[in-house]
Amino acid sequence: MLGTVFDNYHYAVVIILMMTGLYTVFASGNLIKKLVGLSVFQTSVFLMYITIGKVMDAQPPILEKAKDYALNVSGNYTAAAGESGGGGYQFVTDIAYSNPLPHVLILTAIVVGVATLAIGLALVVRIREVYGTIEEDEISAIDYGYNLEGTSR
Amino acid sequence: MDILPAYPAWLIEHGAALAVVLPLLTGAVCAVLRSERAAWIVTLIVTGACAVVSFGVLLTIFAGEVQIYEMGGWEPPYGIAYVIDGLNAPVLFLISAIAFIGTLYGIPSVTAEVEPGKRAPFYGAFLLCVAGLLGMVVTGDAFNVFVFLEVSSISTYVLVAMGASRDRRALAAACRYLILGSIGATLFVVGVGCLYMETGTLNMLDMSRILSEIGGGSRVALVGFGFIVIGLGLKLAMFPLHLWLPGAYAHAPSFVTVFLASTATKAALYLLLRFMFVVFDPSFEYDTAIITYVITTVAVAGMLLASLQAVYQTDARRTLAYSSIAQVGYMLLGIGMATAAGLSAGYLHLINHALIKGALFLALGAFWYRYGIMRVLDFRGLGQIMPWTMGAFTLGGLSLIGVPFTAGFVSKYNLAMAAAANGWWWAVGVIMAASVLAIIYMGRMLLVAYFQPPPEVDGEAVAKNEAPLLMLVPMWVLAGLSILIGINADWIVHAADGAAMVLTAGGGVRP
Repeated sequence: MLGTVFDNYHYAVVIILMMTGLYTVFASGNLIKKLVGLSVFQTSVFLMYITIGKVMDAQPPILEKAKDYALNVSGNYTAAAGESGGGGYQFVTDIAYSNPLPHVLILTAIVVGVATLAIGLALVVRIREVYGTIEEDEISAIDYGYNLEGTSR
Repeated sequence: MDILPAYPAWLIEHGAALAVVLPLLTGAVCAVLRSERAAWIVTLIVTGACAVVSFGVLLTIFAGEVQIYEMGGWEPPYGIAYVIDGLNAPVLFLISAIAFIGTLYGIPSVTAEVEPGKRAPFYGAFLLCVAGLLGMVVTGDAFNVFVFLEVSSISTYVLVAMGASRDRRALAAACRYLILGSIGATLFVVGVGCLYMETGTLNMLDMSRILSEIGGGSRVALVGFGFIVIGLGLKLAMFPLHLWLPGAYAHAPSFVTVFLASTATKAALYLLLRFMFVVFDPSFEYDTAIITYVITTVAVAGMLLASLQAVYQTDARRTLAYSSIAQVGYMLLGIGMATAAGLSAGYLHLINHALIKGALFLALGAFWYRYGIMRVLDFRGLGQIMPWTMGAFTLGGLSLIGVPFTAGFVSKYNLAMAAAANGWWWAVGVIMAASVLAIIYMGRMLLVAYFQPPPEVDGEAVAKNEAPLLMLVPMWVLAGLSILIGINADWIVHAADGAAMVLTAGGGVRP
C-alpha cells in the first residue's frame, strides 16, 4: 500500500495539493483566501499534466540528428530523420524522449489561470469598494438586508 | 425553399472556422473602440454574419454531410479539427442567432444598464463570449474545448459583473460564479488529462475509437469520465451544482441574462451529450450506470426542487433562473432515458427552452427598462401599461408551462411519450408535477399583471407606456417562434432526430 504511494509520489503530491486548494476555497470566508485556494487547485492540475509528460530516463524532446534514423515503408533505413515526420516514414529511435504535448497544453492552462486570477482579484477590489468588506458572510448579510428593503414583510 | 446554392462555396467550406474567428477578432477591435454606437454596429454585423454562416453550415448538415475542418491544414489527430455534424450544427445556429437577436436589444438595454465609458468594451466582452461558446460547440479537440470554455467563461464573469452599476449584488454573484466556474473548468481539464493518459490522443473521434477498441478502458478512463461529468455539470447547472446560476442571472444586465439563459448552459449540455454518447460509448458499464442512476436522479431532483424554489422567489428574474435549473432537469431526463426518442426529446427541449427563456428574459428586461420592476409584487397592471411586452411574456410563460400549441408543449409531450415508451411511468408523473409547479410560479406573475389595477401615482393610474421597438421586435420574434413550433414542429423535430441519430450511431443506445 505505502509502496504504491511512494512509487506514484507525484500523484500523491497532485492529490494533496488539489484537495488543499479545494478545501481552502470552500472553508474560508475571505474572498482573497478563496482565490488563493483556487490557484493552488489549478496549480495541482498543471503539475498533473507535467508529470504525465515525463518519461523515465528520457531526455528533452529535441531530435538529435546524428543518432536518429527512420524506417521507410519498404523497410530500409534512411537518413531522413528529423526532416519529415509524416508521409511514409515511421520513426524508430533508441532514444527515449519526454512527451512535450502535455507541457504545451499546460502553458495554455497557465495563461487561463492567470486571466481567471486577474479577473477574480479585480472583482474583489470592486467588492471591497462597494461593500466595504471581503468576508463572504458579511456580504451575504448586507445583501440579505438589501433584499428585504421595501418589502412589506 | 432552397437557399443553399446562394451561399458561395468558400463560405460553407470555411464556415466553421469563420463563425469562431470573426467574433474573436472583432471582440478585440470592439474593446478599443471609443464610440458605443460603433461597437454596437460592429457587434450586430458580426453576430449577423455568424448567424448567416452557421445557417449555411446547418443546411449542408441537413443535406447529409459531416464537415471536418482541419485548422491550419494540420491533419487530425495531430492538428485541431473542427467537426460539425447533426448534433452541433443546430446548437451552433441557435447560439449565433440568439446572439444576433439579443444584440438588437442592446441599444436601449445596454445604454440603460451599463456605465457610459464601459459600453464599447462591454460589447467586446460579449463578442468574446459568443466566440467562446461557438468554439466550444464546433471544436473536435478535447483540450480545445477547455480553452474555449474558459474564453467564454472569463468573458461571462466580466459581463455579469457589469451589472454592478445597476445592482451591486452583481459583483458578489460574479465572484461566486468565477470561483465555481473555474472549479468546473479545472475538473473538466483533469478529466481530459486522464483521457489523454488512457488514449494518448486529444481528438474526440480518435478518443472514441480507441476507447471502444479497448472496451471502455481501465480505471483511468473511468476517473476521467467522472471528472468530465462533474466539471460540465457545474457549467450546465446540473441540480446540486447550480448555486452560481440564480445570482448570476438575477443581477447581470438584462442583455447578458438573455444571452446566458438561452445559450451558455446549452453549450455545456451539448458537450455533456458529446462526451457521454460519442466519446464514451453508452454501452460501457460505467457510462450506462452514470446515465441511468446519477443523471436521472439529479434530473428528477432538479425538476421538482428547483421548480419548488422558483415558487417561493420574490424576484421575477430569480424565479425564472430557478425555472431554468428545472428545465435543465427536463433535458437531463431525456439523456437519462438513453433511448433515441428520449435523447431527441431532450435535445428538442434544449432548443425550445432557449427560445422561451430568451423571450421571457427579454420581456423582464423591458419591464426594468421602463419602470425598474424586478419584484413580482410590482407587476401590478402591467397587462394594461405594457400590453405588447406583457403579451410576449405571456406567450413565453404559457410555453414554459407547456400549454398546447406552444413549443414547451411539443418538447414536454415528446419527453413524456419517450418516458412512457421506455416504461418509466413515474417519469411522466414527474414531468406533470413539475409542469404544475410551473403553472404556479408563472401563473402568479400573470395573475398580478392582468388582474390587479395599475398602481396610482398622485391619484392617477400610470399611463400606458410601451417598451421601445428595438426591445419589442426581438422578444416577439422569439415568442412568435415558440408559437410557430407549437403549431408545426416537424422541422425542428427533424433537427432533433438528426442529433439523436449522431448520438445513437455508436450503437450503445437502444433505438
